[in-house]
Amino acid sequence: MKRTSTRWAAASGATVLALTLAACGGGDAGSASGSEGSGASGSVAVDGSSTVFPMSVAAQELLNEENPGVQVTVGESGTGGGFERFCVGETDVSDASRPIEEDEVAVCEENGIEYTELQVATDALTVAVHPDLAVDCLTTEQLVELVGPNSEVTNWSDLDPSFPDQEISFFFPGTDSGTYDYMANDVVGDESEVLRDDVESSEDDNVLVQGVGGTDGAVGFFGYTYYEENQDTLKALSIDDGNGCVEPSAETAQAGEYTPLARPLFIYVANTEYAENEAVAAYVDFYIENLADIAEIGQFIPLSDELYSETQSALESLGS
Amino acid sequence: MSIAATTARQVTLATGKSKDRTPVSLAFLVALWFSLFFGVVVLLALIINTAIDGSGRFDIELLTNYVSVVRPEATGFRAGILGSLWLMGFTALMAVPLGIAAALYLEEFADPTTRWNRFVEVNLQNLAAVPAIVYGLLAVAIMALLGFRDTGIVLGGALALALLILPVIIITTREAVRAVPREIREGSLALGATVWQTTWRQTLPSAIPGIATGTILGLSRAIGEAAPLVVVGLAGSLLFDPEGVMSSVTALPMQIYSLTSNSREALREAASAAIIVLLAMVLGLNALAIFIRNKFQRSW
Repeated sequence: MKRTSTRWAAASGATVLALTLAACGGGDAGSASGSEGSGASGSVAVDGSSTVFPMSVAAQELLNEENPGVQVTVGESGTGGGFERFCVGETDVSDASRPIEEDEVAVCEENGIEYTELQVATDALTVAVHPDLAVDCLTTEQLVELVGPNSEVTNWSDLDPSFPDQEISFFFPGTDSGTYDYMANDVVGDESEVLRDDVESSEDDNVLVQGVGGTDGAVGFFGYTYYEENQDTLKALSIDDGNGCVEPSAETAQAGEYTPLARPLFIYVANTEYAENEAVAAYVDFYIENLADIAEIGQFIPLSDELYSETQSALESLGS
Repeated sequence: MSIAATTARQVTLATGKSKDRTPVSLAFLVALWFSLFFGVVVLLALIINTAIDGSGRFDIELLTNYVSVVRPEATGFRAGILGSLWLMGFTALMAVPLGIAAALYLEEFADPTTRWNRFVEVNLQNLAAVPAIVYGLLAVAIMALLGFRDTGIVLGGALALALLILPVIIITTREAVRAVPREIREGSLALGATVWQTTWRQTLPSAIPGIATGTILGLSRAIGEAAPLVVVGLAGSLLFDPEGVMSSVTALPMQIYSLTSNSREALREAASAAIIVLLAMVLGLNALAIFIRNKFQRSW
């Protein structure tokens, strides 16, 4: 009896394996016929910020549809980890959610790596509340106090006596999202890298929008583009980072006024690789050419015309 | 051995019958059943839950497409599945000959009483318990010594996995070789064969079922590892098939790791389906090991 059952298990397991292998093998035929695309070929190594990762992956994917000859690998070691590899020449392009820092510049210089910084999008968060709530502006300190991990604030009047006496309901994005990471790491900046946990949490931004729009005294935050689409059901809070209240908008975000909830996103391109490796040139050119679509897939604010032409001219001077 | 087991059971049955009804032994029995039940239930719950999460994605695109953020609902794990198969191939190529050679030396040729060999043996036992991530660091160091800048290639990943399963292969091979009866060796030597001829033509062929089982179990452990591969620096996103030992590569567990925490629902669903694919691959390898053991095992 025991023997039969193990035999049966072996047979079925082997069948599953065989099917899996056969299915993989079957896919090979497709790729062989797809490699007739024109243009550059070669490999491109990209690494860096996990925030920019979705954009660089989208560029990789859209480029591959046109030209499968360019083999791009994209990693997400984080901005610092990306520069570490970039400045010793391991990668051709580095994704960054902040400008390169001095000590990183020093390493690059030491290894003779010259680079060009290209802004690719703007990342912005919006703190939204129920439209009837009589709160319009928070200082950065109040925001940290409101959402931070050790927050004792449960009523708007706890934050400021002039705010209404209204219980607060919280709607936060899931801990896996880049939005959550940005708020926890870059805005609140607590060592624990978390926010308060007595909140309604969802990976689905629609749930957050419905929650904030439908609950009295509710507050939530999400990517700016999401607020933009749902302006009629939400009220966005202005943020005072020491220079007066600033409303969230594409303009204030790109102008660098909407701090600390907006930041520019960059890719850094190694000049020599761009000049000598046609695959790197093809990838970066494609990336910048289709920047608006790529930013949309990544759910970031696309560059304004002005910023976009700056990025384009930086790319042109890189090519010449 | 089988006689000893039978005897032990008979003794328990014959003499333990009245004692089996005492509350203490009943409680112990219940505790044992509970332990068994708990493990199985947790495993089943995990598998069923994952299968339900990924149920929308059990289609051929899951195996033939690349990961897609533009069309997340058509995401596939082609690069990871093929990458894992390439890694397994080269891992086996590196670890199996080396592991068998080391085991044969230790078992058939080395003098177990010397201080050096005892040192090697103790280390081997300990190596099997070293965390996987440490082998990743070791592989990075070796690749750097060999002069590789980019370690996220088939060679780098396979090196890390080969180091990982080498102790397992050596230990299981030694046990398989040890199980070959002394009489076979003595018979061969008595007929005038040299020690080398005896090992190569008698001992090793007789031990092959055991060696194959151990090797496959080692490989099925390696195929599920993500940690050492992350350390080696395999790419997170990659949209082409591996083409050779120097080709950039990714692995199924790494893609699962990266996508289960993605904010896009469709990608997380695909990751759940990929977990089931990975489980099927591991179960397939284990089933193959059981099959080989049952089919070819000899008793002397």
